[in-house]
Formats: sequence, structure tokens, C-alpha cells
Amino acid sequence: MSEFFAMGGYGLYVWGSFGAMALLMVAEVIIVRQQRHDMLTRLRRMERQRTAPPVSPEKESGK
Amino acid sequence: MNSRLINWFKLSSPATFYPFAGRMVPWFSWIAIILLVIALYLSFFVAPTDYKQGEGYRIIFIHVPVAWMSMFIYVIMAGWAAVGLVYNTRLSAMMSEALAPTGAMFAFLSLWTGALWGKPMWGTWWVWDARLTSSLILLFLYIGFIALKSAIEDPRRADRAGAILLLVGVINIPIIYFSVRWWNTLHQGATIKMSGQTSMDETMLIAMLIMTFAVWAYTIAVVLLRVRTIILERERDTTWVRTLLQEGNRR
Amino acid sequence: MKAREKRLVMVLVGMTVLGLSGWLVFNALGNNLSYFFSPSEIAEGKAPQDHVFRLGGLVVPNSLQRGEGVDVHFVVTDNAKSIDVLYSGILPDLFMEGQGVIAQGKIRADGTFVADEVLAKHDENYMPPEVADALEQAHQKGVTGAAN
Repeated sequence: MSEFFAMGGYGLYVWGSFGAMALLMVAEVIIVRQQRHDMLTRLRRMERQRTAPPVSPEKESGK
Repeated sequence: MNSRLINWFKLSSPATFYPFAGRMVPWFSWIAIILLVIALYLSFFVAPTDYKQGEGYRIIFIHVPVAWMSMFIYVIMAGWAAVGLVYNTRLSAMMSEALAPTGAMFAFLSLWTGALWGKPMWGTWWVWDARLTSSLILLFLYIGFIALKSAIEDPRRADRAGAILLLVGVINIPIIYFSVRWWNTLHQGATIKMSGQTSMDETMLIAMLIMTFAVWAYTIAVVLLRVRTIILERERDTTWVRTLLQEGNRR
Repeated sequence: MKAREKRLVMVLVGMTVLGLSGWLVFNALGNNLSYFFSPSEIAEGKAPQDHVFRLGGLVVPNSLQRGEGVDVHFVVTDNAKSIDVLYSGILPDLFMEGQGVIAQGKIRADGTFVADEVLAKHDENYMPPEVADALEQAHQKGVTGAAN
């Protein structure tokens, strides 16, 4: 097992390459999904404000 | 013929493309995961040890697919840029915008894996030979494109400026590809040649090609996901996006 | 002409001009972008005389001599001309006789190349050792067969 990870003395280079790729790909997926989530929340909030019935002055003072 | 043409134009409208992209994402995600697993298995457990570089050569299984992808994504972006400039389609600029971060990531990875491969084999992390330098310029083109687009406020002007940068920069792609043939470089020549002659063991080649397809599927999945976000943002005032959001709010 | 066609022509003309000018630039640059000089080019006096440049070629088999410490001496050839190289330092993993090498340094008055950096240049062939052995044997058989 440890022989496998040693990669004939090139372990640092081989795993440094594969590791960086895995890390970046996973990070990219997380970021893209997060961006989509944030965008949807933002736009939905905007839409709620746009479609909400206009606030009347009495209601405002009643708060 | 005619109906096919109409379908293409229909698909290029963001309102039709948005749900279509949404349906495609899970498919390509699964294809990417399955191919990645197969490619990794072949790379480490099936492909034989190289006669000269021992186990260290296994970096090739990601270095080459990643480098190809970084060039290929740029060509696709430039293609979208040309379409956008000529036909004024809204989707094309969104597509190149969605492709850019993934392209930059692969350009960076090709340099990173190349450095980690060069150090033990050549004896250096980096040299300023034609292949390596032109690959670095590719990364700068990606970063320049992203920076340019975010620096210009007006989206239509940003799209046009970005498209022109992409088209000018596309000249770098043949330079990267042919650099090892045109000039004396430290980087070796192409293993996979256009003429079809390949100087690689068959199992190694298969592992590398499957990894390439895996990276393709990954790119398609992640770019479609990203373009959906971009479509939502840029079409937020259209009725179809507003209807979509209202449905989301009701839920 | 419709506006769309006009833009198409503009993009095409722009790309053609760009491609053409790029091609001219790279023709003009010629070999100046080359990373190294071959022994033949050095013999023709193409390499800079008094400042650092790079030499590239194959290490002549059985030419490697180890001196004191990490000092090494070997001969680099491009199968036409050869040049002696002196270097003191650690050689990279892929440094082998008969293999490609790139050395950075200066030419001494006696024609010896004194290197301060040696890099291995490998080829684009990847195969398991058994195949490499088989190829080597087939090659030798072919050579002796041709000689007979």
C-alpha cells in the first residue's frame, strides 16, 4: 500500500498533480452550485418586493 | 432542413436553453463521474510502468487531457464570440462567460501538472521555451477576458469587448500546438499526432483518452450549471424568468 | 447587404488580417524563439560568442566521465557535430547516455562548453520496459541484418 503511494519515488509529484486537479474540480462544483443558490435567493427576494402589494400609509404607521 | 434550422435558433434563445441545460446537467455529471472512476482505475492499476520515467510518467494521464481542454475551451469560446458578433445572439456571450472560469482552471492545471512533471524529469519546474510560454499566455488570456468583462459596466459593451479579445487571442492556440514543431523546445513533441501515428502503449493511450472524455463531460456539466445562473441574472427582467421566480416563491 | 452579413464579413476580414500578420511575425522571428542551439549551429557560429546560451543534443554513449565530487564531463552531438561539455552539479533523473539533453552555459576559448545547468529532454514515447526491450532487440537485429 505504501509502495503504491510512493509511486517509485515520484509520489510527491504524482499526488501533487492529481490532488490539485481533484481539489480544484470539487471546489469549482461547490462554488458554481453556491452561486446558483445565491442568485436564486436574491432574485426571488427581488421578485417578492416587486410583486408585493404597495404598502399603504396606515399600515406603515400601524407597525 | 428548414425545421432543423428553426430548432437551432429556438434553442439559442435563453428561455428555451435554460430548461434544456437544466435537464442535461445530471446526465453529464453522471457520465463524468463514471468516466473519471474508470480513467483513474486504468491510470493507476492497469497502465504499465514506463520504461524510462517509471511511475512518474502517470502525470501524463491528467496533464495531456487538461492541456487539451484548456485549448479546446478557448476555441469554443472564440467560436461563440464570432457567432455573437455576427448574429447578435444573447446566448453566445453568456456561453463564453460560463466557459471562461473552467478554461482558466484547466490552463492553470496544465501548467501546474507540467511543473510537477518537469521537476523530476527535466530537472526544472519551469523554462521559458515556446511551448511553456505560450501556455502561460493562454492562462493570461483567460484571466484577461474575465477581468475585461467584469471591468465594463454595460453588459452589451462588455460582451463585444470580450468577444474581440477572444478572437484576437485565438491565434495563440495554433502557436501552442505547433510550438514543439516550429522551434527547438525543451518540451517534447506531440505523443498523439494528427497523422495518426501514436508513440504510446495502447493501455496508456486508452487511459488518457477516457480521462479526456471524463474531463469533457465534467466541463459540459459544470458550464451548463454556470450558464443557468448567468441566464437568470441577465434575463431577470423578462417575463419568463419572473414567472419562474414567482413559482419558486409560491413553493 | 444586411447588417448581419456586414458583421460576418467584418469578422472574417479581421481574422484573416490577424492570421496573416501573425504568420508574418513568426516567419520573421524564425529561429530566434528557439530555446537552444544544436552543435552544428554552434559550429556555424550561430550561437552567441560571449554570453550565456543553451546547447541541445544527444549525449554520446560512453562519453560520460565523472570527476571529483559532482563534476561530470560528457559529449553532446547532433549526429553531425559534437561538443565537449563540463558540468558540476546534480544531473536530472532522465539524464542518460544516448538521450536528449539541454545545457546552459558558455563556450570556453578551447571550444569546451561549460554548463551551469543541465536539463534532460525526453522524447514523446511512452511504453512498458518489456516493449522497449523488444523494440531495442528488433532494432539491433535489423541493424545487423542490414549490415550482413
